[in-house]
Amino acid sequence: MAAAALDPRSIVKELGVTALIIGALTLTVVGFHIKDIPGGISLETRLMDVLAAVIVGVVGRGWLILLRHGRPVPVYATAFPIAALLLVGLLSETLFGAGGASLKAYLPFQAAIVQWIVTITTLGFGIAALVRRRQLIADARHPESVSGDETFMDRVSAGVQHSSLPLGIGMFVIAAVFPFLPFVNLQHLDIGVLVLTYIMLGWGLNIVVGLAGLLDLGYVAFYAVGAYSFALLASPDSPLLAELGIQQGLSFWVCLPIAGFMAAMAGVTLGFPVLRLRGDYLAIVTLGFGEMIRVVLQNFYSLTKGPDGISNIPPPTIFGYSTQPKMDDVTMQNTTDFHQWVGWKFDQVDTTIFLFYIILVMALVTNFFTLRVRKLPVGRAWEALREDEIACRSLGINPTNTKLTAFGLGAMFGGFAGSFFATRQTFVSPESFTFIESAVILAIVVLGGFGSQIGVVVAAIVLIGLPELFRELQEYRMLFFGASMVIIMLWRPRGLLAHREPTIRLHSLRRGRRDPATAEAGR
Amino acid sequence: MTALLSVEHLTMRFGGLVAIDDVSFSANDAEITAIIGPNGAGKTTVFNCLTGFYKPTVGRLHLAKGGEEWLLERMEGFRIARDAGVGRTFQNIRLFPKMTVLENLIVAQHNKLMRASGYTVRGLFGLGYKKAEYDAVDLARYWLEKIGLVDRADDDAESLPYGDQRRLEIARAMCTEPILLCLDEPAAGLNPRESAALNDLLLDIKKEQKIGLLLIEHDMSVVMRISDHIIVLDHGKKISDGDPEAVRNDPAVIRAYLGEEEDEDLPEIVAQDLGEIDARPKGGDPERPS
Repeated sequence: MAAAALDPRSIVKELGVTALIIGALTLTVVGFHIKDIPGGISLETRLMDVLAAVIVGVVGRGWLILLRHGRPVPVYATAFPIAALLLVGLLSETLFGAGGASLKAYLPFQAAIVQWIVTITTLGFGIAALVRRRQLIADARHPESVSGDETFMDRVSAGVQHSSLPLGIGMFVIAAVFPFLPFVNLQHLDIGVLVLTYIMLGWGLNIVVGLAGLLDLGYVAFYAVGAYSFALLASPDSPLLAELGIQQGLSFWVCLPIAGFMAAMAGVTLGFPVLRLRGDYLAIVTLGFGEMIRVVLQNFYSLTKGPDGISNIPPPTIFGYSTQPKMDDVTMQNTTDFHQWVGWKFDQVDTTIFLFYIILVMALVTNFFTLRVRKLPVGRAWEALREDEIACRSLGINPTNTKLTAFGLGAMFGGFAGSFFATRQTFVSPESFTFIESAVILAIVVLGGFGSQIGVVVAAIVLIGLPELFRELQEYRMLFFGASMVIIMLWRPRGLLAHREPTIRLHSLRRGRRDPATAEAGR
Repeated sequence: MTALLSVEHLTMRFGGLVAIDDVSFSANDAEITAIIGPNGAGKTTVFNCLTGFYKPTVGRLHLAKGGEEWLLERMEGFRIARDAGVGRTFQNIRLFPKMTVLENLIVAQHNKLMRASGYTVRGLFGLGYKKAEYDAVDLARYWLEKIGLVDRADDDAESLPYGDQRRLEIARAMCTEPILLCLDEPAAGLNPRESAALNDLLLDIKKEQKIGLLLIEHDMSVVMRISDHIIVLDHGKKISDGDPEAVRNDPAVIRAYLGEEEDEDLPEIVAQDLGEIDARPKGGDPERPS
């Protein structure tokens, strides 16, 4: 094993600096807490938390130093027991009943979420140390395979891409059983639906930005077109239906494809004039287009009801039966709803679970589409266009059509997601489609790693799911959001899981790569 | 026999600058035609007109093979490659750097595969596309064997050495199955051994594929050895046209390009001027009145 010498003086210095920085930061941010008391405010000190933060920081830094010097054994030897102790403390109430609650007092920090993060991070260190040890052993056996340019995360990214099939299936299973896990409540389900919506948007935008390399800052426009198309067709309050003399809104399953089609048309229409632009110029124009759509929605009162928005959008139906108790729009009689039809009691959780599965399926369709199309000529042409447009022209690839398909298909999935948004919220208004939405979706794609499907999932969970879970930390969650962006940009400027897997191989990976006799096409 | 490509009265002006001035030449099938000339002679501009990157100001670019005819000056760039079958390489290599060697060669067969995949619609469901992809891989493998890069087929194109990248670019252009291949300085930056390997590759393409090759080249060892026909441009004008032997001995060419060191071939007036400069007194400036 390659274990570089440890210099005790530099280590003490590094740990000391870490302790100082964390101490200074937490003392000001966490150490003093302003509290309302009757007749004024008082300052409360939380020095124990500061101390805990410093200890946690120093221990973590120490482990990092050990990992860096190729000594993973002491890391996992300590990380796993500590993680186990923390877990026992956190689960003390469930493990030992009410009497165990006193154990909780020994845990560092007060907020449960912070305690969980510390525990999970500790576990993560243990697992990272184990992985590192396996790598060191493998490297020692095959020294020629060690490449100096690759960082640890490059290898992780490559590993994730190579094992994307089991990982994807694992994630799918987790998502599929998620609504039925014991601790999941309505709030978690709502967050799950939200995260899946953003995952779908991320995957849709990934076609445009990740594969075709067209920087689109106005993706929310297609989301809005989808949502409004859906609302105008599905809501009984819609001015469009009123104009046409239709009293009953159309069904979810009819409106969904129409909304997707409308968004795709919007994508192609926008694409025609702007796709001759490249890079930053394209970004600016798409940004402008995104804002234009919003302004149009706000001012086209006769069609969109402007800032009032369109309400009363029905939730998805099953075989024509509504999933919410509702009155018939024409006869004003109570209709037979799905829960009555199958003889269940109405429960908001059940309808949310239904929504959860709808968006899960929609997101998976987006994913399979992208994975499939990457291996088709049009997907390769997108990637080639991203690499070099002039070379593409010299090979007879029509750049305009190819870009338009990417733009249109990306917009179509944005439109589908918009339809889902409309039906979930039962209300759309221009406020939901501001530039910040585009920025968040783009951030998911960029942070996840251009073109990486699993990266989008991880980034959506980190950027959407965690801030929602962190609501109890109030404004600190935005600090966390910003910090995670800065860290990823410094550490992995090309995205968390940026690793491009070839769409086709001449030599099979498994049978050794320098063997021309074992040719395998496809896969 | 009619020529594969005939360029008639090609003129290209950029504002007031005349980059190509009334150039006419022709290139035959299964022959290597070289365009040479000093820097700035307009060679690459001719290529860019041929491949649709520029629209010529005046002139006709006529391509004919097997009874079909195309007027290149009226076609968009990608159509020239797709419909007329004109492949090209670039002076500064333009591979798809982050894609693998094999993917580079598969992308070149885009239009064929696009049809096989039913313009993506059928391909999404995997109907009848697999066979077309196998054939595409077979063609790619054929060219990888020609350029000796089978072992590196799954590596990123940017990780190849310079000489291999040059040959990969030629192989990529050949994967579009062109009837005319335009090579813009294929030997630039190659060492003598790589340059010799390139000669073999080009001669092999000529012999096996029976297509026309048009190349711009500075490296005379390449040009003189492999060309069947040479066109010399200088300052946008054609100054010579013929087989290598004729061009080598053409005084106009020697004056413009090859013969700068050979005093006896300089026009008399120039030689006189040079003689005067040499004969000038060394001590002072003869212009200054004393």
